[in-house]
Amino acid sequence: MRDLVILGAGTAGTMVANRLRRRLPRREWRITVVDHEVAHLYQPGLLFVPFGGGKAQKLVKPRRRSLDSGVDFVVGDVDRIEPAARLVHLADGHRLDYDFLVIASGTQPRPDQTPGMLGDLWRKSIHEFYTYDGAIALREALEGFARTGGRLVVHIVDMPIKCPVAPLEFAFLADAHLRALGIRDEVEITYVTPLPDAFTKPVAAATLGSMLTDRKILLETDFLVEHIDGEARELVSYDERRIPFDLLVTVPLNMGADFVARSGLGDELNYVPVDRHTLRSKAYDTIFAIGDAADLPTSKAGSVAHFAADVFVANFVRLARGDPMTESFDGHANCFVEAGDDKALLIDFNYDTEPLPGTYPLPAVGPLRLLRATRLNHWGKLAFAWLYWHVLLPGRPLPLPAEMSMAGKRRPKEE
Amino acid sequence: MSVATINGTEFHVDAEGFLTDYDQWDQALAEDLAQAIGIELTPRHWEIIAFLREDYLAEGETPTLRRTAAGTGISIKQLFELFPGKPGKKMAYIAGLPKPRGCV
Repeated sequence: MRDLVILGAGTAGTMVANRLRRRLPRREWRITVVDHEVAHLYQPGLLFVPFGGGKAQKLVKPRRRSLDSGVDFVVGDVDRIEPAARLVHLADGHRLDYDFLVIASGTQPRPDQTPGMLGDLWRKSIHEFYTYDGAIALREALEGFARTGGRLVVHIVDMPIKCPVAPLEFAFLADAHLRALGIRDEVEITYVTPLPDAFTKPVAAATLGSMLTDRKILLETDFLVEHIDGEARELVSYDERRIPFDLLVTVPLNMGADFVARSGLGDELNYVPVDRHTLRSKAYDTIFAIGDAADLPTSKAGSVAHFAADVFVANFVRLARGDPMTESFDGHANCFVEAGDDKALLIDFNYDTEPLPGTYPLPAVGPLRLLRATRLNHWGKLAFAWLYWHVLLPGRPLPLPAEMSMAGKRRPKEE
Repeated sequence: MSVATINGTEFHVDAEGFLTDYDQWDQALAEDLAQAIGIELTPRHWEIIAFLREDYLAEGETPTLRRTAAGTGISIKQLFELFPGKPGKKMAYIAGLPKPRGCV
């Protein structure tokens, strides 16, 4: 019997476990998934919680229910991996042997990494929306803020972050929300980013940047926060710029799991360095990392985990048979961007091609529009929750190719 | 791509002036590039430049500020003091590396 151990039962770990369970013979392969939490959270849904959209409880389901019954599920904290011995040590003393290990432990917001963030104002005037509790606390804070108005600052500590478009979406939704309440004029919204622009890639940055301007959202770029001055209620950057806030919605520094660092497998942010086309660890042949846990130069997003899983599963089945891995991941990402007023944009890109305008998935007919706000894109985003639980996690095929396609995309003329 | 000249030396640069050929760089050129953006190189600067060039060779990417701080033990705050304004870009410019690409 050979052992495949998967650390993390989030989007990537669950998809990989379920798909490989169907592809690997049960008499030859045991698949064990380890996670420290019993509940699986539909993370894209958190964005709407602060604005009162939907029942927050509906975003959570038991992890066990999303995993194939032929997969062993272990609830526990990982202490460390011992790669040379092919062993995983759990915090409670248990040990798991593996033939192959998949690290799918994601990335987590770490407010503790910015001095002053976890002070008296945390969850009062300083908020985040990447955790269930955080999104609920922010909903209450926004209700209070809507009565007083003031300075709303939407802020990113540093890249990379999970779902890099989410803070922009938050700013667009906040603008629409406050307009609907009739108090937009009492609020100044500032978008503060460490990047030189509203987004990373030029064509999308131009579109998204002008959407900020249209909504009278101020943009502060190249801002790398050093600490938060709680008394003055200001963000303070390394180059000593200060941005005052009444309500701060920040995206804390994102880091991979601490056990990755304890095992000596991580980079400076605890992400696992991997081959960008096969996801195999650069240090150990028996270790792979998939989803947000890997150091891939593409978005940390569920869509990336999904497209990467297509490639990884096909490759791993070959590897298990003793054949060479032939599939290559291209960094494909595909993200909806909520624009407010029930419209959304869609972006589709990979390692080499930035997000471009056009249609998706089919040329001309779409039906989804790339880099343009439409109602259909918004419905697409909402419909995605159903697909996530019922198609993606169980590992059923979604009729979208893993590899990015140029069909339907057009490159704006060079200026 | 275009060609720039400093003190009689010709080298290939991109549209923003970043060197495009790793091997065209040498210490004398670094001095000139630093001077062009108003920075006088101290031993601390050289320590950082050495890390940047070595890390780029190993990883194929210009390291981020955070990675540079972790790799050299020089804090981000000090990096801002040594390369005022936009340290990430300035460090890469002097070290003859591509402009750091913001992660997507």
